[in-house]
Amino acid sequence: MTMTMAPGTTAGQSAPAPQANKPSRAKRSPLASLGLHATLIVASLIALTPIVWVVLSSFKPEQWVQSSELSLVKEPTLGNYEYVLFETNFGTWMLNSVIIAVVTMVIGILMSATTGYALSRFNFPGRRKLMMVFLVTQMFPVAILIVPIYQIMATLGLINTHASLVIAYLTIAVPFCSWMLKGYFDSIPTSLDEAASIDGCGPFQTFWRVIMPLARPGIAVTAFYTFLTAWGEVAYASAFIQTDDRFTLAYGMQQFVPQFNAQWEYLTAAAVLVTVPAGLVFLYAQRHLVSGLTAGGTKG
Amino acid sequence: MSTDTATPARTSPPPRETRRPGRLRRSWDKHWYAWVMVAPVVIVLGVLIFYPLGRGIVLSFTNLTEANQLAEICSKSITGTEQCKANPNAWEFVGLDNYTNILSGKIGKFWQWLGVTLLWTVGCVVFHYAIGLGLAVLLNRPMRGRGVYRVLLILPWAVPAFVSAFAWRFMFNENFGLINSVLESVGIERVAWFADWRTSLLTAIITNIWLGVPFMMVTLLGGMQTIPGEQYEAAEIDGATPWQRFVNITLPGLRPVSMTVLLLGTIWTFNMFPIIFLVNGGGPAGQTEILVTGAFRAAFEGIRNYSLASTYGVLILSILLVFSVFYRRALRKQGEVW
Repeated sequence: MTMTMAPGTTAGQSAPAPQANKPSRAKRSPLASLGLHATLIVASLIALTPIVWVVLSSFKPEQWVQSSELSLVKEPTLGNYEYVLFETNFGTWMLNSVIIAVVTMVIGILMSATTGYALSRFNFPGRRKLMMVFLVTQMFPVAILIVPIYQIMATLGLINTHASLVIAYLTIAVPFCSWMLKGYFDSIPTSLDEAASIDGCGPFQTFWRVIMPLARPGIAVTAFYTFLTAWGEVAYASAFIQTDDRFTLAYGMQQFVPQFNAQWEYLTAAAVLVTVPAGLVFLYAQRHLVSGLTAGGTKG
Repeated sequence: MSTDTATPARTSPPPRETRRPGRLRRSWDKHWYAWVMVAPVVIVLGVLIFYPLGRGIVLSFTNLTEANQLAEICSKSITGTEQCKANPNAWEFVGLDNYTNILSGKIGKFWQWLGVTLLWTVGCVVFHYAIGLGLAVLLNRPMRGRGVYRVLLILPWAVPAFVSAFAWRFMFNENFGLINSVLESVGIERVAWFADWRTSLLTAIITNIWLGVPFMMVTLLGGMQTIPGEQYEAAEIDGATPWQRFVNITLPGLRPVSMTVLLLGTIWTFNMFPIIFLVNGGGPAGQTEILVTGAFRAAFEGIRNYSLASTYGVLILSILLVFSVFYRRALRKQGEVW
C-alpha cells in the first residue's frame, strides 16, 4: 500500500531539484522531507526483505522454515550450513563455479581489451559494423545458440566438461567486455595517446604501456561483471553438465528444490554462501560499472 | 576520431612496393594495427557465435531430434564385429515444415508463449523504468543518508539472479512463504500463487522487477548527473515548478541514456531465462512459459527436439531484430542520432 502511494505524494511536492544549488535541502518543507525519506525507506525495505528473510531462514531448523507461523528466528542453528558444506557436493560445485568463472573472465578480458581500445581510438573501416554486431549479439536468445553449441561440443566430446561451459560463456562475455572496455577507454583522454606517439610509441606500445595501466579500474569492473555473469548462468549449465561432481552452483542448487519435497532450509543456507562472495565483489565494482556501460552505449 | 593524431604516421607504403597500391592495400597500410587489434574478437565472434548461429538456422530447416541424429546405426554382431547400416529414419531437410508447424500451432504453443512473453516484457520493463526513474529522481538531490540509501537500493543487483529466483519462490510458497504469512496476519486469505497462471506470472514479474530496478536506477542517476545544473537554475529563475523542470529538463536530458537502457532492458527481459525457469517453472502446466524457456524445454526435455528448438530461436531473434530496427527508425524520425 505505502509503496504505491508514497512516490506520488513526494513527486508532487518536491520533484527534482538535482544538484542545482546547495540550499535545496534548506528549502525543502518538512513535509516534503518526510515524504522523501519515507519513500526511500520503504523502497530500501522492499529491496532488503528477501535477502534478510533468506538469511534468517538459513539459521532455522527445518520445522521452523516450513512453518506458516511468522517468526524471525527460532532455535537458531548452524545445522543447515553444516549439512550443505559437509554432506553435499556444495564445495565441489563452488570450486567448479569459481574455475569456470575465472577462466571465462581472464580469456574474455584478454581478448577484448585490444578490441575495446581499437574501437575507442581508431576510425577504421568496419568499426561501425562491429559495434552493431556487439549490439545484435545482445539479442541472441540462449535458445538459438544453445543447440548448435551443444552439438558442436558433443562432436568434440566436450559435453559434461568445464571447457564446454567456458566456451559457451565466452559467447556472452566477449562482446560484453569489448563494449564495456570501449566505454572505459573513451573516458581516457586521447591526448595521452598523442603524447605517447610523439615519444615514439607504436599503437601497441601505447596501448600496453600507457592506456592499460590507466584503465585498470575499468578492466577490474568489467572482469568482475564477467565473473558474476558466468557465476550465475543457468541455461547452459543445466544443459551441458550431467554429473553431480561437475555441476556449477546455479545448477547444483536446483537439486535442493525438486518439484516435491523441497529442502528449503538447505537451499537458503546455500543461497547465503553463494551470495556473500558475489555480493562483496559486486558492491566493490558497482561504483564504476555504470559509467562504463552507459558511456559505451551512448557514444556509439 | 583520433585516428591520425593518436598513432605514428605510417603513411608511406613499404618501398619495395613498385606498382601503385590498390585500395585494399592502402587501407591495410593505414588501418592494419586496428584490424590486428580487433582480430581475436572477430575470430571468436565468427567461430563461437556466427558459425553456431548459421548451424542453428540450417537446423531449423531439418527435422533433427535426439532420436534420428545418427546417419548410421551400428550394432555388434555375435562375432564381435561392428556392423553399420544407414539409419532408415535419419534426419532430413524438411523445408519450412518447422515454421509452419510452430506458427500454425500444430506443435507447441507459440502464440500463447508469445503473448506471455509480451506481457512479461512489457510488465517488467515499464515497472523497471518507472520505479528506477522515480528512485533516481529522489536520490539525485542533497539529503541526509543518500549514500546509505543508494547502497541499500542497489543490493538486489548484487545477488546472483538464480539466488533471487529461489529466494522469491521461497517467499511465495503457499504454505510457509513470507508473503502468505504476512497476508494471513492482516486477515487476507493465503493465495496459492503458483496454481493460477495470472498469479504465477505475477510472481515471476515481481521477482524480475525487484531484480532489475537497481540497474535502471543507477544508470538513470548517472544520466541525471550529466545534466548541467545551470539549466535548473535558469528554470527556477523563470519560475518553473518542480514538475515543469522534471518534464522539460530532466526527461529530455535523460533521453540518450533512456533510449539505450530501454532497448537493452527490453532485449534482456525478452530473453530472460532463469527467472521464469526457476521461479514458477513455467507453471501451472506450462501456461506461463515464455518463448525462451519453451524453446529450452523443447531442446532438452523429453525426446530432445533440436530442430524445433532452433526454429524457436530463429523466430525469437527475428522478432527482436524487427523490434530494434523499428525502434531505431522511430528514434531517427525524431532526430535522434544514435
